[in-house]
Amino acid sequence: MTDLALPVRLRRSKPRTGRVGAAAAWAVLVGAGLACLLAPVLWPLDESAVDLARTRLAPSWAHPAGTDDLGRDVAHRSLYGLRVSLLVGAVAALVATVIGGLVGAVAGTLGGWVDRVLMRVVDTMAALPHLLLGIFIVAMLRPSLGAVILSIGLTHWLSTARIVRSELLSLRTRPFIDAAISGGASRTRVITRHLLPHVLPRLALATTLMVPHAVWHETALSFLGLGLPPHLASIGNMINDGQRSLLTGAWWASIVPGLLLVVVTLALAALTGRWRDRLDPRVRAELNL
Amino acid sequence: MTTPAPTAAPAPAESTPRRRSRRLAGAGAVVRRRLLVAVPILAATSAGMFALGAASPIDPAQQYAGAAAFTTTEENLAQIRANWGVDDPLPVQYLRWVGNLLQGDLGWSTSRHEPVTSVLAARAGWTLLLVGAALALVLVASLLLGTLAAYRRGGWFDRALRATAYAVQSMPVFWIGLAAIALFALTLGWLPAGGLTDITATGTDPADVARHLILPVGVLAVAQLPWFVLFIRDAVADSLRDDHVLAARARGLPGRTVLFGHALRTALLPFLTLVGTHLPELIGGAVLVETVFSLPGLGAVTVQAALGSDFPLLAATTLATTVVVLAANLGTDLAYAAADPRVRLDD
Repeated sequence: MTDLALPVRLRRSKPRTGRVGAAAAWAVLVGAGLACLLAPVLWPLDESAVDLARTRLAPSWAHPAGTDDLGRDVAHRSLYGLRVSLLVGAVAALVATVIGGLVGAVAGTLGGWVDRVLMRVVDTMAALPHLLLGIFIVAMLRPSLGAVILSIGLTHWLSTARIVRSELLSLRTRPFIDAAISGGASRTRVITRHLLPHVLPRLALATTLMVPHAVWHETALSFLGLGLPPHLASIGNMINDGQRSLLTGAWWASIVPGLLLVVVTLALAALTGRWRDRLDPRVRAELNL
Repeated sequence: MTTPAPTAAPAPAESTPRRRSRRLAGAGAVVRRRLLVAVPILAATSAGMFALGAASPIDPAQQYAGAAAFTTTEENLAQIRANWGVDDPLPVQYLRWVGNLLQGDLGWSTSRHEPVTSVLAARAGWTLLLVGAALALVLVASLLLGTLAAYRRGGWFDRALRATAYAVQSMPVFWIGLAAIALFALTLGWLPAGGLTDITATGTDPADVARHLILPVGVLAVAQLPWFVLFIRDAVADSLRDDHVLAARARGLPGRTVLFGHALRTALLPFLTLVGTHLPELIGGAVLVETVFSLPGLGAVTVQAALGSDFPLLAATTLATTVVVLAANLGTDLAYAAADPRVRLDD
């Protein structure tokens, strides 16, 4: 921006609250990440060990978030659940990115009727309720870890395909591509040296933006009993299990794991939103935390 | 598709009868064209679902027999398979299924042991009521809150509202539902925790049903509200800077007239599109809310069908939802064209 002599100085408003919010979001993410990584070392309990002598205990010093209906410590199990949920969400987001990236790359480079057909498919799928579609996929494949990841991957690739396609379409008309081609660069070289470096940051951003959505989808499926195996500590499974305790007044078994998920995904969404604003000021989000 | 006409000069209020009739004359053609596009979409959706169902490792004959599958003889199971033509080539099965669908025969629900049509007929109304009431609540609340926030943008109300909206955006709807049950039903005891009527009730008394629907409708609306509030807030904030709004201000019109009569009015049009694109989210939310509150709607029955691997019922609810969403998108486009004189329906 320095070589442009603009008559008016473009002022980038950076409110103080934005920086404080970003710092808080980083703190939450780093804290949650460390807690997830170090939980087995610092708090080496078996997260599925049943203790029927201490069921549905209210939060106390010994159990900061109480215990559930099988006597498992909710805070401890939530940390393990967050680990599982984030991991599944990240893998599923990666699968969705690969599918979306491939479709977008094919549509954007081939163009013509292939592009039209693929984009029509994308538009159609975008109009369907993706939770219903995800439920359908899981139900037909029998609930399991692989089915959940596939269900998220197959329903969440649409935005990535659109991003990659439009990026490729706009890159194709840029002068430096023409220059490279007229300079005698081979097709492979144009793709690897000129197109990929421009598309990869978008792809990385799209993947990160998708992680919270993938986590929510996994949580919803697990909550419905259509997700991860019930014994596995995941946030959705815990909220589902906690429903039994909720009606007897032990609200913490459902509410605490959900709260942890909300805080962490909110921090993740806020930070990736800032990243997107920096990468592409045109579509500036309103998320100025 | 609706496209702004290329010569979209700031249109003077064109409501002379002739103009309007010419604009709406395109509506019939658009409806016809959309119906033509809907056919391949539905065909592709149904074929995709059928392929998934065929690839699934679940044997429909055992599914149908249920627990009896363990005791019935192999001949009986083979008889069921033969009756259903499960062993026919897939294209034959697909065409037979689609043919039956077109004749109004949606198949036999293996998890509920009744025809799919009667399941849909008994339950679709409750889901429509839930989604419709939640949508109405969302529209009213978001118009009000968003406009107020935009009017004093940057103020404490605006900032608090936006912060809340971002926080709510990352809350799973079923978690909000459980929290609402814990607070309003169990701690405070104001409202029932679930179901459609009291356990002792014999029929569906409207007052009783309404009392049971307050929490589900409220939860579904709150979960969808952030997108709508933020959209209205930004749209009104933008249009408050438009020329015609500044002109109205300069003419000395009272603030309320300018805000609701001028700024909000121009912001309303894109809002229609948002309603259309957000309908799938609303339906997904209804599935979860019905499960949390044990409502006898289509969403809850879809989950039960999924848990029981009930292909006919699952496919029927998914296809029905697709039809509803396509129809709603057409409806919003037509409404858009009817409301904005600059939009023509001839793409």
